Amino acid sequence: MTDAVPQIVLGTETEFGITVLNQTDFNPVAAASTLVNSYAGQRARIKWSFDEESPGRDARGFGFDLTPSFDMESGLVNVVLGNGARFYVDHAHPEYSSPECADPLEAALYDKAGERVLARAVRNAQQLLPEGQRFVIHKNNSDGKGNSYGAHENYLISRAMPFGQVVEHMTGFFATRQIFTGSGKVGSENGRPEVDFQLTQRADFFEEEVGLETTLKRPIINTRDEPHADPAKYRRLHVIIGDANLSEFQTYLKLGATAAMLEAVEAEAIPESLIMADPVRSVWQVSHDTSLARPIEMENGRTMTALEAQWQYLEWVAKYVSEADNGVIYGDVMRVWEEILADLEQDPMLVADRLDWAAKLRLFKGYRARDGLEWDAPKLRLLDLQYHDVDPDRGLYNRLAAGGRMQRLFSDEQIDGAVRRPPEGTRAYFRGMCVSRFGESLVAANWDSLVFDIGEESLRRVPMMEPLRGGKDRVGELLDRADTPAELLRALGGDND
Amino acid sequence: MTERERKESHSRESEAEEAADEIVAEEQGEALTERIDDILDEIDTVLEENAEEFVKNYVQKGGE
Repeated sequence: MTDAVPQIVLGTETEFGITVLNQTDFNPVAAASTLVNSYAGQRARIKWSFDEESPGRDARGFGFDLTPSFDMESGLVNVVLGNGARFYVDHAHPEYSSPECADPLEAALYDKAGERVLARAVRNAQQLLPEGQRFVIHKNNSDGKGNSYGAHENYLISRAMPFGQVVEHMTGFFATRQIFTGSGKVGSENGRPEVDFQLTQRADFFEEEVGLETTLKRPIINTRDEPHADPAKYRRLHVIIGDANLSEFQTYLKLGATAAMLEAVEAEAIPESLIMADPVRSVWQVSHDTSLARPIEMENGRTMTALEAQWQYLEWVAKYVSEADNGVIYGDVMRVWEEILADLEQDPMLVADRLDWAAKLRLFKGYRARDGLEWDAPKLRLLDLQYHDVDPDRGLYNRLAAGGRMQRLFSDEQIDGAVRRPPEGTRAYFRGMCVSRFGESLVAANWDSLVFDIGEESLRRVPMMEPLRGGKDRVGELLDRADTPAELLRALGGDND
Repeated sequence: MTERERKESHSRESEAEEAADEIVAEEQGEALTERIDDILDEIDTVLEENAEEFVKNYVQKGGE
């Protein structure tokens, strides 16, 4: 038994698709910059300090040259939000990195809040465009032409857990969880076999089992090792094999099942390894199989379907959750995991109100039946894109949800609250509250520090190396009592350099 | 638990129940079809105008 992290801190990062209709000189970097700068909420436009970041660090223990793509992440346009999130331009996309959350339900809420941030930014940026032009922002992961952009999940795990254990157990889990993590897509890309419709946006782009890359030769297990926390204690598992989901239910299940699985792996509560003969091919195969019935060849010569593998993982993880007595966080996750597997087994169309891929497939089947469309009809491709539009009226997911056709977990008021206020259980609380209250004095921020300029000779840096500290229980009173950033820093005591 | 045991534990208790489930699923299916036509009509009112043009011009740079 390793020295387990008491609770998995988690969050998501989403790169949004961006386009401006009828703009002949459209430049995605300029458009994304305009969008981020237009966002008018609680925010601080500050320098994002890269001092502590090292994306070239590898979880397997060896270093690596920085990829050129990192240089593009210049941090020129960067906003830290009052909810503790980071909103910026990454490559040619607007990206929302959620604040660190203390449980999967909260993380799903703050992921959803990101869509609201983008929609609000669009509303403001729209006024800068000439008549006839329009921003369109999609929470998706592919343009259907071979270009993919990410929706990453982050889980803070113990440094003491051998990384080989993560690879051994999580590879099969990630390949098979696609049956409930996919957002669906018409056709295939990146040279994969032709298919009418598949479960995920991303599977076609995965080409390696383990690796550091995120922009080419994408691996099932990504080894980027930037904990943004005490590196002696923590490792951040950076999961790149997932889709951006619109369904709240689906984001919750994806994050919850994965976090619980990681805890079970860490506690050595997974008794067997489900090792596939060819994991990368299995990732493509599972995504391409809407029947969910095709057997996967396992290394031991046997076969199992993705559903069977997920039933097995659920059984092991649910046993761990009940024995470890952490049902407060994961009890409900186990319930919805079981519910979704049972429904998928009976009839995948039963989950069309909870999983994006099934919601899309139901729509596409409806259109094909009504209008006699072929799978490659432009109208189906348009539906496939517009499902992801963050606009509350145009986005097809948003239409379905507004019409009561998608199960929701959060009210509009809760989501608006999560746009404005940080989660209370992590250091994101301190970051978000400082942005809201003392944003004009913040000169730089990072996941694990804030730098203040309070008019003194030197800048004052507040380190936040423990993600579970800095929550409301620890700093709420200090923040309430301080009227100025100088008072706050005095109350925090000597953490300056 | 072996694969067979697992299958058994998830299998229906009797054929009668299975048949009943099928009828329920069918009814749900019909209800879904009725509702889907309504939603298609609604979606048609918000779909981007020129599907072919929109799809052709939708090119993203890679990211991550």
